[in-house]
Amino acid sequence: MIKLIKRNAGLSMLALPGFVLIIIFNYVPLYGLLLPFKTYRYNLGIWNSPWAGLDNFGYLFHGDALYRVLRNTILYNMTFIVLGTTLSVIIALLLYELSRRFVKAYQTILFIPYFISWVVAGFAFRSLFDMEYGVINRLLVSLDREPILWYSDPKYWPYIIVIAAVWKGLGYSSVIYYAALMGIDSEYYDAAKIDGASKIRRAFSISVPMIKPIIIMLVILQIGSICYSDFGLFYNVTLNSSLLYKTTDVIDTFVYRSLIDLGDIGMASAAGFFQSIVGFCLVLITNTIVKKINPDNSLF
Amino acid sequence: MKDYATTIARKPLPVGKLIIHLVFVALCIACVFPFLVIIGTSFQNENDIIKFGYSIVPKNFTWDAYRVILHSPGTLLQSYLVTIATTVIGSIVGMWVTTSYAYAISRKDYRFRSFLAFFVFFTMLFHGGMVPSYILMVKWLGLKNTMLALILPYLISGWFVMLMKGFLQTIPEAIIESAKIDGAGELRIFARIVLPISKPALATLGLFFALQYWNDWWLTLLYVEHDNLMKLQYLLIRVLKNMEYLNSAEAIEYGLVKPGMLVPSLSARMAMCILAAGPMLLVFPLFQKYFVQGLTVGSVKG
Repeated sequence: MIKLIKRNAGLSMLALPGFVLIIIFNYVPLYGLLLPFKTYRYNLGIWNSPWAGLDNFGYLFHGDALYRVLRNTILYNMTFIVLGTTLSVIIALLLYELSRRFVKAYQTILFIPYFISWVVAGFAFRSLFDMEYGVINRLLVSLDREPILWYSDPKYWPYIIVIAAVWKGLGYSSVIYYAALMGIDSEYYDAAKIDGASKIRRAFSISVPMIKPIIIMLVILQIGSICYSDFGLFYNVTLNSSLLYKTTDVIDTFVYRSLIDLGDIGMASAAGFFQSIVGFCLVLITNTIVKKINPDNSLF
Repeated sequence: MKDYATTIARKPLPVGKLIIHLVFVALCIACVFPFLVIIGTSFQNENDIIKFGYSIVPKNFTWDAYRVILHSPGTLLQSYLVTIATTVIGSIVGMWVTTSYAYAISRKDYRFRSFLAFFVFFTMLFHGGMVPSYILMVKWLGLKNTMLALILPYLISGWFVMLMKGFLQTIPEAIIESAKIDGAGELRIFARIVLPISKPALATLGLFFALQYWNDWWLTLLYVEHDNLMKLQYLLIRVLKNMEYLNSAEAIEYGLVKPGMLVPSLSARMAMCILAAGPMLLVFPLFQKYFVQGLTVGSVKG
């Protein structure tokens, strides 16, 4: 026993700071999963606050807010998964056809939106969509068209949000797939070339199947977080305009507003609880399905 | 030699390649265009903005917006200071904590390896959510309005640990074995051998950390109310949402504009964005190489 501790003491000391931080910031908050079942009082704390049964969930499911944010969150994420993945793979395949010099130049530029925060992206989109001075409305006016009230009309936002997400993430995700493509043994391509396979044929019969494991892995992770959204995108790019909530309010912005603006801890924690549990179940389900089909592609 | 050159020149660029290049040029324009508008507008005269809207090429080039901001740069400088401090401290401590944890779980002879690996992997699958974390930070740890609130929550994350673990696993065991035979302790092996040979991975990790801390506004939004602890990006949120960067009474008081003149508030907003985001936008692409390397070394498979 002593020998066991002694032999592992050094490495345990190295792991200790991280271990403590993970406990405090990742595991202690799990205790908060009790919150939605309580009527939280600041002075009593979580444990001593009175039980509320399922009241908080009642409020949450009763209004139409949950339906709206759930629909927005899931539809956006599904669009991001399908469109984002497809476009990134296409971009990676196209990059693969070009010489290193061009790849580097294009990648550097496509990466710029990735390096900025959603706040600066908010500025970027506002410079285009600003209702009075924005580039697009000025263009419309110069074409004798009516300017569009972008920041007060929710119907345009599904498109703008998707464009913003793709715009910001394309550089990063295409690099991941490009790196995977670079790892493919060139013999496959040589053999295909000898057999007379066209470039497009080679892309679909060699490139895509070879990078399939990494595509699947990233898609599983994205499905696992289908109830979560990039708060910055929905908060900053929309300028948090309440007129747009119909199409831009997602679970995260809803929880944030309930917590900070309304101070409604019951509602906020009930929505958060829902998000955690559904998210976790989804990863498990997806992973199990993938494991059934092809064990090598599963995440764990 | 000459013949060779002419054959290359004469060989027409295949149509397929040309289309690919056109696609990328279009994408690149889409990526930089909004930033060019921001830069152009920051040098624009206020009257021109009202008349012609935001544009890339200023009609009448002026430094007014920058003059106005830099006249009383107190808030901006304070935010820079907070941002730099949290970025430097957070990145260094975060790198140490992440790498040492990742190193322990990368060692095949470590007894608690699989437990600790699962322990961190689980955090990637299941989160307590925003509300419990908020109560933890504010009520239990009492970190509201402290610098620590801007650093602690990001110090360790499953992604970064897995990224480093993937890299550290590739270190040959023989190197570590031989150091052990020489009688070196684990800490010494880690600091003297493992860290130096992991420089490329550390560069990547450092970049990820720096980016995360530099671009963060979320922790300020949640945990900080005092203006002197405001991070740059949060300052920008305020600027983005408020139409007026500064009101005319203030501007006249500071002697920045004469009564009757327009306060350059629209251009000042854009100038503020450039001053706050510009430096990093220039620096990060230089490190892109490490970024791409980092994405290729680590595999997240648990």
